[in-house]
Amino acid sequence: MSADFERLAAILKQVTGYIYPNEIEIHWSILIVVYPYITGLVAGAFILASLVKVFNVKEVLPTYRLSLLTALSFLIVAPLPLLFHLGHPWRSFEIFLTPNLSSAMAMFAFVYAWYLMVVLLLEIWFEYRTDMIAWAGALKFPSNLFYRIISLFSSDTSEKATYFDKKAIKAITVIGIPSAFILHGYVGFIFGSVKANPWWSSVLMPIVFLFSAIVSGIALILLLYMVITPSRGEQLDMKCLDRLASLLLYAMIVAFSLEGLDFLHRLYESEESIKILSDMVINRLFISLVVMQILFGMVVPLGILMLVKLARFNDELRKLLYFVSAILIQIGIFSTRWNVVFGGQMFSKSFRGLTAYKLEILGVEGLLTALFLLVLPFLILALLLKVLPPWGKIINQDASVAS
Amino acid sequence: MKRRKFLSSLTNLTLLIISGSVVKTTLRGAVETYLTDTAGAKKRFTMGIQTQKCIGCGRCVTACKTENNVPEEPFYFRTWVEHYVVKKDDSVIVHSINGGSGEISENIKEHDVLRSFFVPKLCNHCENPPCVQVCPVGATFKTEDGIVLVDEDRCIGCSYCLQACPYGARYIRPATHIADKCTLCYHRIKKGLNPVCVEVCPTQARVFGDLESGASPLVRLKRMKNTHVLKPALNTEPKVFYTDLDGAVK
Repeated sequence: MSADFERLAAILKQVTGYIYPNEIEIHWSILIVVYPYITGLVAGAFILASLVKVFNVKEVLPTYRLSLLTALSFLIVAPLPLLFHLGHPWRSFEIFLTPNLSSAMAMFAFVYAWYLMVVLLLEIWFEYRTDMIAWAGALKFPSNLFYRIISLFSSDTSEKATYFDKKAIKAITVIGIPSAFILHGYVGFIFGSVKANPWWSSVLMPIVFLFSAIVSGIALILLLYMVITPSRGEQLDMKCLDRLASLLLYAMIVAFSLEGLDFLHRLYESEESIKILSDMVINRLFISLVVMQILFGMVVPLGILMLVKLARFNDELRKLLYFVSAILIQIGIFSTRWNVVFGGQMFSKSFRGLTAYKLEILGVEGLLTALFLLVLPFLILALLLKVLPPWGKIINQDASVAS
Repeated sequence: MKRRKFLSSLTNLTLLIISGSVVKTTLRGAVETYLTDTAGAKKRFTMGIQTQKCIGCGRCVTACKTENNVPEEPFYFRTWVEHYVVKKDDSVIVHSINGGSGEISENIKEHDVLRSFFVPKLCNHCENPPCVQVCPVGATFKTEDGIVLVDEDRCIGCSYCLQACPYGARYIRPATHIADKCTLCYHRIKKGLNPVCVEVCPTQARVFGDLESGASPLVRLKRMKNTHVLKPALNTEPKVFYTDLDGAVK
């Protein structure tokens, strides 16, 4: 505890102006930055997957199953940063048992459970059902038992059954799109509904979160597709990549416009908090907001993607530009979450001063934990790609089966 | 058929969880109702603060820390005192050194000062408390007598209430990782005593009482003086009120 006091004493020296004495410590740490970042990737990846099934965007079909598995991998990790952040994580089940229905945070448990159980797992199950039956039939013990169990001992591969699968997937996707909107829009609402905090309190917050989620999700799938496909010795489908990049561009234009509108609205209204918020942007968030989020995370990739659309670059150059843009976008969206979470806590609600955030390296809420939570979904995805390969083949010592 | 059986088991499990939740919530409500019914006539406790009487001695801050076992370090306060200096150029300087119990070291030239005053701060025990609204597990709640409290055995330490409080009145106890704040010394007032900050104030700047009681000095204060609350535009409806509150106070 004395280390905590020393840390706070060091932060106290960086305080400028007047802040309420309880405001020195920033309570929502980097883990709360990781949480909306990961949740956004889930929503974005799912919305991309749904484009194939509901809106019949055939070009991005090669990424359909990858998107679903990515969404699941990240969704499994999504509650972990929250759990690690809690002072009493073992009491978290109280959110299920005695939820305060007026609390946006309490609804997380239900939105999460709905999204995991009703949307993602069901859609993946129906999508893979016939594959799982085929794998269960072709592989040796214990792999065949494993697939029999995860296929819930289903064995019907008749035309009627596969037709039902397709219908079910379409129905789930139709439910899934608003669910994905709710999942991430609601994360925006957790921040946007805090009326005491002018940096957060905005009716636009859920919709800004949603579009930035779509941007980050598409960019992530583009990156994964570009890394995984060559590593399997296969050619990248340029039509798919071009379509992904176009979708990314359109989503970015909407996201950028919304963020711009939010910024202009605040500036034009110039409410009581405008001075301290300007002070904070200039003195505390300049690098993370102006440089990382707006310049490198938005303007540069937006410019690149527009250029690619207008000019006629060859395949190799386009791949390179898409890859660079997608990485910049990931950095930009992470910075967006950073700026939302810390921006809302660095200024005093007295509007007279600023505190500072000192990122810990070790510790439960430190950088290493955050990095672990950011890497974990990729490890889960690697496992899922082994167990449920999107390309319909199982590479196994026992057998190799084409579905 | 097997799929149907599986779905049926899934439905049963969901129903079991929901019914468990309903039973627990109902039982809790019944216990709370019983406790409030047996507590006697309805009361509405709060505090009025006469800013012009506060001399900034900070005794209330130290007494509160001792009485309520608030950590001594200058990052945790249930109550604190702000010192305002309004200069002739209309700029405002505010300090709260050690929550108002420390010495003021700011170098302000006397002839620059237009006016100067002290303002004690604490939880406002709002009628529409945003902390109660956002608490995901209902650990922060409003009692029948209008006081906002934290149930230590229920708080999960998520800090959402700290984000929602517009007044910076809450902190997380470093030893227990639980949200803490002014309770108006609930353990004392239930015995008919004053909150400790009221007890030790040498100038009677803090007045405690029951708004429902006609004989209360608090009600008389409210009747005789112009009163204000902090940040009224947020519609939290604070019960703690101030007399002669300066416009510079936020």
